[in-house]
Amino acid sequence: MFDFIAFIPRAVVQGVPLMLGSTGETLTQKSGNLNLGLPGVMYVGAISGVIGAFMYEQSTPPESMNALLALGIPLLCCLAGSLLMGLLYCFLTVTLRANQNVTGLAMTTFGVGFGNFFGGSLIKLTDSEVPSIALTATSSYFTAKLPFAAELGWFGQIFLNYGFLTYLAIAICLVCSVYLRRTRSGLNLRAVGEDPATADAAGIDVTRYKYKATCIGCMIAGLGGLYYVMDYANGIWSNDAFGDRGWLAIALVIFTMWRPAVGILAGILFGGLYILYLFLPTGTNLAVKELYKMLPYLVTIAVLIIVSLKKSRENQPPAHLGLSYFREER
Amino acid sequence: MNNKTHVPLVHISRRAALPWYKAWAIRAAAIVLALIVCGVITALFTGEDPFALYLSMIEGAFGSSRRIWALLQSVAILLCVSLAVTPAFKMRFWNIGGEGQIMAGCLATAACMIVLRDVLPNWLLIATMLVTSIIAGGVWGLIPAFFKAKWNTNETLFTLMMNYVAIQLVAFFIIIWESPAGSGNVGIINQQSQAGWLPMIGSNRYMLNVIVVAVITVLMYVYLKYSKHGYEISVVGESERTARYVGIKVERVIMRTMFISGALCGFAGFLLVAGTDHTITTTISANRGFTAVMVSWLAKFSPVFMVFTSFLIEFLARGASEIATDFGLNEAYGDILTGIILFFIIGSEFFITYKLHFRGGRKAQKEAAENV
Repeated sequence: MFDFIAFIPRAVVQGVPLMLGSTGETLTQKSGNLNLGLPGVMYVGAISGVIGAFMYEQSTPPESMNALLALGIPLLCCLAGSLLMGLLYCFLTVTLRANQNVTGLAMTTFGVGFGNFFGGSLIKLTDSEVPSIALTATSSYFTAKLPFAAELGWFGQIFLNYGFLTYLAIAICLVCSVYLRRTRSGLNLRAVGEDPATADAAGIDVTRYKYKATCIGCMIAGLGGLYYVMDYANGIWSNDAFGDRGWLAIALVIFTMWRPAVGILAGILFGGLYILYLFLPTGTNLAVKELYKMLPYLVTIAVLIIVSLKKSRENQPPAHLGLSYFREER
Repeated sequence: MNNKTHVPLVHISRRAALPWYKAWAIRAAAIVLALIVCGVITALFTGEDPFALYLSMIEGAFGSSRRIWALLQSVAILLCVSLAVTPAFKMRFWNIGGEGQIMAGCLATAACMIVLRDVLPNWLLIATMLVTSIIAGGVWGLIPAFFKAKWNTNETLFTLMMNYVAIQLVAFFIIIWESPAGSGNVGIINQQSQAGWLPMIGSNRYMLNVIVVAVITVLMYVYLKYSKHGYEISVVGESERTARYVGIKVERVIMRTMFISGALCGFAGFLLVAGTDHTITTTISANRGFTAVMVSWLAKFSPVFMVFTSFLIEFLARGASEIATDFGLNEAYGDILTGIILFFIIGSEFFITYKLHFRGGRKAQKEAAENV
């Protein structure tokens, strides 16, 4: 029998980084910026948080750590790091009108290198035997769970047994969803992504919306990176462990049709597909597991094809996605 | 009524076409600026004199004849992949699946080397490897192109996902071909017999790769510039509607171009497995599929300039990794430097396309005076 009670919580913790990444990217894409630098942003967010936590753990012995600082310092560092990446992307693509795909790929090269460089340097500083840094003290604050969750049987296991960032992630998705669909400012943002010239004529400050949406989007995505290290990996950073989750988060944007609320379930679904190979019986044939790992990508491809076949007007990407806007070229 | 008009601090306008030497002067200035920034940053990390760093970069790339050949070989492979993705980009088809197409080529080559090593004579084996790798890469590129042509499926994400499908497929076969069993890798294929290894020219292992890629560069230049196909690609890239209007079969051009693009990536995979590495791993293409996108774009899709840009990127990568080992920094440092230099070059394009007019500048005043 397939063990759902073990499977679902693991799918959720796998899904949260994807959820945050895709929500951030959705916000960015709604402003017409296709940010392929997302994997880099998530790396930078994660390593910035790790650096902050590392500094704090080095300066304070575990017993005198303050919960507020232990949570606040990594969070702030993470947000600041990803904000800088967002600003860099915006400066190049919005202010300097550079090609978005190339800028994004360069940011991914830079961001992944940045993460591995500082990760590797910290590992060297600690002189540890294994190639990883363990920030277990900080992580224990991030993974703190409701004390009674484990006692509530399967209900507690599936719904209550997570660190606070998980619930924060779901809240962020819901807030973004409401913002995009129900607020004036969200409407303006969508207008910027669909047709910046018209939005400009209507008196909307296109540049400001693009900057804000992209920077906030990057900060949300950066949180996904931090979640991965602090909650999912229990505070253990090792180089390249984050893997291709950033790309998967971009795929998830398409999968959800630019709807952050759908992203909550879709993120968990993708998280489930990501680890399904651990739960399917393969016997002695290890090679088949590698084929199971293809599932999230194959599903994304299938969704891409189905979306393009349906051609419904609701489910199209923002019309001006990937193009830069220059007022004097119309 | 208030007649005062507001003059913004900076006014941006599009330049008329800039002569090519001025455009390249701007790019060169950006690279120099980027190198200065990199030097300063590295100096901050290591406390070394920046000039020592540049020297160690040059040493890393050109220090010995072995290093020069290694550099040329990696430039050749990167150039091959960059040339491969170029026709697709000219068509405005964002193929970021070069990685997957290389992997498909590698997989086909390795499969032939392992399965057919005792069946075919060596020359026939190499020919089979060549053909299958080209077909494998081509098909890997053709799949997203088919859906793009028929239903306008988003190619950027489709090709991206195909990368990971290919990587997992390689991971699957690596476990099957494991040697020795349990090691988790394939090891050097046909180490004793050297069956399926590309021949050396003289005593040089990499010469053949370099020559072949040089020939491909010329062919690609001619193909894009002088052939009917190349013309069709340009028209489809500029405007699909125009292309349809003049009777170009857009679907066919998209599929044909992506097959060529994928096939050339597959060929790069063939060179990697049969020519240099003689093994297969899931990281064998080393992000070249992505780097090639930047190389091709930096060269403005011109095969000739691509020789320089791929050389520049590989030089930086090798130089930075030399800095990293010399000064006890981490390997990933090279990626950071490459990233910074790319940002500068990407940013410099703005100054090639647009012109800034400052408020109160001499020119602006002159123009204002003329307007009155």
